[in-house]
Amino acid sequence: MSTVRLTINGQPCEAEAGMTILDAARSIGIKIPTLCYLREINEIGACRVCVVEVKGARTLVASCVYPVSEGMEVFTNTERVLKSRKMTVELLLSNHDKKCLSCVRSGNCELQELSRQLGCDDQKYKGKVQRFALDASTPYLIRDNNKCILCRRCVAACEKVQGIGVIGANGRGFDTEIGSYFLKNLSEVNCVGCGQCIAVCPTGALREKSEGDEVLRALQNPQKYVVFGTAPSVRVGLGEEFGFADGTDVEGKMVASIRRLGADAVFDVDFAADLTVMEEGYEFLNRLQNEGVLPMMTSCSPAWIKFVEHNYPALIPNLSTCKSPQQMFGATVKTYYAEKTGRKPEDVVVVSVMPCTAKKFEKERKNQAAAGVPDVDYVLTTRELAALLRKQGILFASLPDESFDAPLGISTGAGVLFGVSGGVMEAALRTVSEVIEGKPTPIVFSEVRGTEGIREADFAFAGKKVKVAVASSLSKAKILCEEIKNGNSRYAFIEIMSCPGGCVNGGGQPIKTADERNFGSFVVDRTESVLKNDERSTLRKSHENPVVQELYASYFGSPNSEKAHEVLHTTYEQRPKY
Amino acid sequence: MGKINCTTVAFRGTPEQEKELREKLQETKKMQGGLMPSLQAAQEIYGYLPVEVQKIVAEELHLSLEEVFGVSTFYAQFSLNPKGETAISVCLGTACYVKGSGDIMARIERELGLTEGTTSADGKYSLSATRCIGCCGLAPVLTVNGEVYGRLVPDDVPKILAKYKNEGGSL
Repeated sequence: MSTVRLTINGQPCEAEAGMTILDAARSIGIKIPTLCYLREINEIGACRVCVVEVKGARTLVASCVYPVSEGMEVFTNTERVLKSRKMTVELLLSNHDKKCLSCVRSGNCELQELSRQLGCDDQKYKGKVQRFALDASTPYLIRDNNKCILCRRCVAACEKVQGIGVIGANGRGFDTEIGSYFLKNLSEVNCVGCGQCIAVCPTGALREKSEGDEVLRALQNPQKYVVFGTAPSVRVGLGEEFGFADGTDVEGKMVASIRRLGADAVFDVDFAADLTVMEEGYEFLNRLQNEGVLPMMTSCSPAWIKFVEHNYPALIPNLSTCKSPQQMFGATVKTYYAEKTGRKPEDVVVVSVMPCTAKKFEKERKNQAAAGVPDVDYVLTTRELAALLRKQGILFASLPDESFDAPLGISTGAGVLFGVSGGVMEAALRTVSEVIEGKPTPIVFSEVRGTEGIREADFAFAGKKVKVAVASSLSKAKILCEEIKNGNSRYAFIEIMSCPGGCVNGGGQPIKTADERNFGSFVVDRTESVLKNDERSTLRKSHENPVVQELYASYFGSPNSEKAHEVLHTTYEQRPKY
Repeated sequence: MGKINCTTVAFRGTPEQEKELREKLQETKKMQGGLMPSLQAAQEIYGYLPVEVQKIVAEELHLSLEEVFGVSTFYAQFSLNPKGETAISVCLGTACYVKGSGDIMARIERELGLTEGTTSADGKYSLSATRCIGCCGLAPVLTVNGEVYGRLVPDDVPKILAKYKNEGGSL
């Protein structure tokens, strides 16, 4: 790589040839605002917010895509530049539904922030304003195109990160609208509900369908016994909503805050993750030893399940029949726990807090009602929980650290690993290897850790050589599915997480700005926090969880028993490709 | 242009048409930016681009259906609706427009219960807007199956439609 020398705002700068002006400026401490730009997935230079002046150039250039060159003189903050940015944003505002006071994204809206920074007048241009109907057809998402600025970040997340491409720009010019083919609602197309589109949306055009009010109603109903369960990665994301550094583990405050909301019991879905390891581990052993369908693929990530049902129905037998930890949690609460505490399942309300929007879809799937009532009643995303806590006046940062309630709040380090890509595999390996070999085996399986690409590892179980693979994001999952479809998969066990990096980067986690996505490290920070949580756990193998042991001893009998199948396993269905 | 109008006309594609399309796509899919020529070939064969046809294009080119649909709705040359047996085009070019072709369009929409850019579900009538057809002296003009009618007022519309109604024997 050759180096070029240029100046930015008069400051000398050395940059690699081919680097963009945006990155070169950043390397010497100059931030250029962006709006449509997302590194690697949406480098389209469309919004013109990042324009800068280059000496000798005829027009202002989009710094997010314009490469540096030798001797270039760049100015990022001239009057001409600022005027142009301001006009660009004012034009966007002229066709924007400016209901900022009641917008879910008020306070963390990138358009609002730019408008404020640039000193925009939101009434500067008055012209035709588009009116679009809301798409609230799915249980997980609301699209409000009246707030859409056509940056196409959601389109890029769907197409490039997930390889699905269920949304795009339809029509042209002023009439352009982001939507699906033949103007279908999201519930009528092969959307998987991962929520990555929400996570990258700069405005309030995309948001989850909130269940917060329903949860408050249940909490205030004296007839209802309300049980909360929190997913592994919520504890490393929630703090960001309350000013903590990215990835701070706020488990204790999270438990305390939910208790102050009025929950009757605060349990941990990590416990159900331990249960999943037992069921899925034994299912895998059974498939391995009895020539069952291989590779077996994990079933924790509901967007992934829906992806297989739409796009690879022939691979449904490869999916583990295990319910996800969320559903195992709800099922266990409404069967075992309700029986044990003498409550009717219909009087127990299960609220799960998830980093995920697809979980809202999952809870409504068929065969997710072990006690005859839905296993899970309400799903709150991490963001919704934060909103609820603020609404109820709970001062999160000042709360003491508290512990989960017994018995379903007891979990191992293996359970918390479910929050990161590779975690389910590692948790399963810890248990499977030990159960087969009958002697203590290593705790850390670093081969499957990480967020990049497709990772694989070789293991020997009971004399059999086994190759496993781990991938996150559905575009990566697609590669593994194609291999199986074409009969050249070399794996016996595959872990898939729909979101890149796993649940820590789920579609229900706190919103990060494009700037944090392009230049920050929040996924790594959250991941490391999960790994540390595992490291400091006393118990790090799921089969050592005393509550799991007691559950099998007194209720399920053994993993994969008839009773376990009835409560903890489910079925899948083919769904149309389009 | 404006609103996107998905068709309500039942698909009547034949196996021969599909065979022809798939053959054409074997060539166009190899081209860089092959989606445009693919859609042009498809429209050549079917006359329009309904979902059934776009699915074939998406499948052969390994693209998402939405990407195909997005392109088909971006370019004015592509139509989501088939031409009706009676194809009506109203000129909305400058000269015709200032002479009141907007009112002509509105009247036809009302008479036929159709909106601009759509085709009646039975495939009998289609209504589209066109730009200047080169006879501004006759403004405002419309064409029906290529036949030009000029110097119109809205009350002329029922008479013209009646002519085709009798010919077509329906509506």
